[in-house]
Amino acid sequence: MSDGGDSLAFGSLALALLGGALRVSTPFLFVSLGECITEKSGRINLGLEGILVLGAMSGYGVSLASGSPWLGVLAAGLCGLVMGLLHGGLCSLAKVNDIAVGISLMLFGTGLAFFLGKPLIQPQAPMLPSLELGAWSDSAQLQSALRINVLLPLGLLLALLLHWGFRASRWGLALRLVGDNAAAARALGYPVVAIRIGATAAGGFLAGVGGAFLSLYYPGSWNEGLSSGQGLMAVALVIFARWNPLRCALAALLFGAAGALGPALQSQGITAGYYLFNAAPYVLTLALMAASWMPGRSLAGAPGELSLTQR
Amino acid sequence: MDPLTHSLTAADLQHRGAAVEAFRVTKRFGAFTALDAVSMKVEAGSFHCLLGENGAGKSTLVKCLVGYHPPEEGGFMVDGREHDIRSPRDAQRLRIGMVYQHFTLAPGMTVAENLLLARGDLPLRIDWRHEKAALAAFLDSTPFRLDLNALVADLAAGEKQKLEILKQLYLGQRLLILDEPTSVLTPGEADEVLGLLHGMTRDGRLTVLMISHKFREVSAYGDGVTILRRGKLAGSGRVGELSTAEMAEMMVGSSVAVSSGRRRCAADQTQAIGEIRLDVEGLHADNDRGTPSVRGLDLSVRAGEIVGVAGVAGNGQKELVEVLLGQRQASAGQVRVAGEDYQASRAQMRRHGVFSLPEEPLRNACVPAMSVAENMGLRDFDIAPYAGGWLSLGFLRRRALSRRAKALIEAFGVRPDDPATAIENLSGGNVQRAVLARELSGPVKLLVVANPVFGLDFAATEAIHRRLDQARNEGAAILLVSEDLDELLELSDRIVVMSEGVIAYEALAGQADVAAIGRYMAGHGH
Repeated sequence: MSDGGDSLAFGSLALALLGGALRVSTPFLFVSLGECITEKSGRINLGLEGILVLGAMSGYGVSLASGSPWLGVLAAGLCGLVMGLLHGGLCSLAKVNDIAVGISLMLFGTGLAFFLGKPLIQPQAPMLPSLELGAWSDSAQLQSALRINVLLPLGLLLALLLHWGFRASRWGLALRLVGDNAAAARALGYPVVAIRIGATAAGGFLAGVGGAFLSLYYPGSWNEGLSSGQGLMAVALVIFARWNPLRCALAALLFGAAGALGPALQSQGITAGYYLFNAAPYVLTLALMAASWMPGRSLAGAPGELSLTQR
Repeated sequence: MDPLTHSLTAADLQHRGAAVEAFRVTKRFGAFTALDAVSMKVEAGSFHCLLGENGAGKSTLVKCLVGYHPPEEGGFMVDGREHDIRSPRDAQRLRIGMVYQHFTLAPGMTVAENLLLARGDLPLRIDWRHEKAALAAFLDSTPFRLDLNALVADLAAGEKQKLEILKQLYLGQRLLILDEPTSVLTPGEADEVLGLLHGMTRDGRLTVLMISHKFREVSAYGDGVTILRRGKLAGSGRVGELSTAEMAEMMVGSSVAVSSGRRRCAADQTQAIGEIRLDVEGLHADNDRGTPSVRGLDLSVRAGEIVGVAGVAGNGQKELVEVLLGQRQASAGQVRVAGEDYQASRAQMRRHGVFSLPEEPLRNACVPAMSVAENMGLRDFDIAPYAGGWLSLGFLRRRALSRRAKALIEAFGVRPDDPATAIENLSGGNVQRAVLARELSGPVKLLVVANPVFGLDFAATEAIHRRLDQARNEGAAILLVSEDLDELLELSDRIVVMSEGVIAYEALAGQADVAAIGRYMAGHGH
């Protein structure tokens, strides 16, 4: 094979990866921004996986029933909000552990979604629209890579807003104080429990919206294998991003690219090890966790009240 | 009085320290009377000290004053008028603020953010340029200097204490209550912070009420003093008119000699010092953030001597102790005990008789939820005579453990004297005693001790110092790391100063030059 052929193949693989990253990263982005808000308040919500699946199901159902995918997104967010309130409320009771509540919510959310979602597997709901950012190009491949969903720019905008808000808004400062030193927050008269419940609910809302993306854009249908652990990976992603919304966005793109590796290689005709390459996001999660958890070091930038950073 | 003069006086008062008087304040918790008709008079613009042992009622009195628990009887006068202080909000309205013993800062946020959050009436959108300018102007109006953009986690203890005080000044307090403000500070930091506050009282801008049990600070900075003992007023007066011995007598209730730095002479101990027990060579270790903290440290401790390690907190002492105890991996260098390469394994500790009293023993040397007896058995529960038994399968002999614990509790005066109590329910001093009892129960050849009397009262401090002294006289090699220079001067045979991860200064205690030690601690020795 000639050099030119090689670089052409490499170029189209990179394009496929970019397209995949832009397509697949949205749920990572929303779930990780949601989890970022929750963790900044000093709690971890592992139930986001369940919320993601429940959001996908409810978004699909409402879109199907109402004919409007945006109503579906809203419904998915509200479902997540209720689940977040449930997590926040339960964790505010004495001697309740946020990790344990999170795991039970994860199982509850997925179970409920599978149960209620049975009749939604067959019919086709109206999908979310996409933006043709590649319309200027003649290359069909570039056009397809730059065909992005409307939620992605919204999510990136949200990341910027959060980055600014954590630093320069009353709510952001109060949220970080509660997550960094609850006793100090209480002494200064900030309502610690209310802020944490609010942060968990907001995190749930965003995770629900991320779920709606799964069923209403890509892959764009409702089935039980829809999420395959993306909600859990987003938790790892937040740690990797050191609780910074902008880095969350970058990490979401990275995870998206890893998720797109298998399909991209397949589109290049490399089918050997398809399932192996599909496991790339999971391998990436493991590698990142190992890399960010050097023994004998604490995590810089971690909220002080987070149970996973306390010795 | 016409309204204009009235408002002028009111505005004038805002910028002056408050005068506070407590009148026969009584506070009961159930059947226990924590305060029994205690009266106290703090003059406007004075630096008043509240002295007493742990449990004497000092904290209860000031908590009544700041509205945390209102008293059952008696009351408070502020600026000559009686005020009913029922909640912290009432105290805030009177401009009375309190700085607690433990830091109430958010470590992951900056100095500016911590100050702003204290204010409570934040705008929805924060204009940082404007706020920073205002904060810088406020800082300029006080004698304290801090970097507004610094992360609190990166501040030294003295700077954190300054920030706590600044938070209260930022709220415009006229009476500042400090609960043992220097317990976490080095002598240099303590002098700086107290000196600045003292200066503010000289201007009449502030009244300070300080809880302390350090006579040195009371004599150096106090104007008036109130002394409590067992919930009752034991005495009061002007600092210049009361001698340290008189104050100590009121505090503990009997005439005890205050140990005033019993500095030992180097000559009378040289014969007792034996072979090298601990030898550290070129030790390097990283801190929790992964930056080098111990940087090529050399140190040796011989049998029969106490080597005191002085230094400002954060110069690698914590990491050094953790390496010696096996809690942290050294990145380079060697630790030898009795000539053998030492990795702090259980077998090596046993073979060489290595024991330790780390700081915060409840966290570093105990299993909090286990009983006192079980905690006392942690060193040797797995060997005879406490394990073994039927077919030598290594069953615990609980009765033997409990019997030994009882004996140790008796010998070291641990309260309550029940070996079945969970150790987390003991007071700080008693946890310290229990751990020390465990560590000194075997044949001690090397003892590593870090801040052994942190937060303890007078009697407990004396008891622990006596035990350390005794262990040394019996031939143990002791490495004593402490942030309290007085303690080091009193106990050590040899003093070394640790600065930026290395030993910067070394002297026999009898010949140590305190001014030089201070210079090296501050990093200005070379």
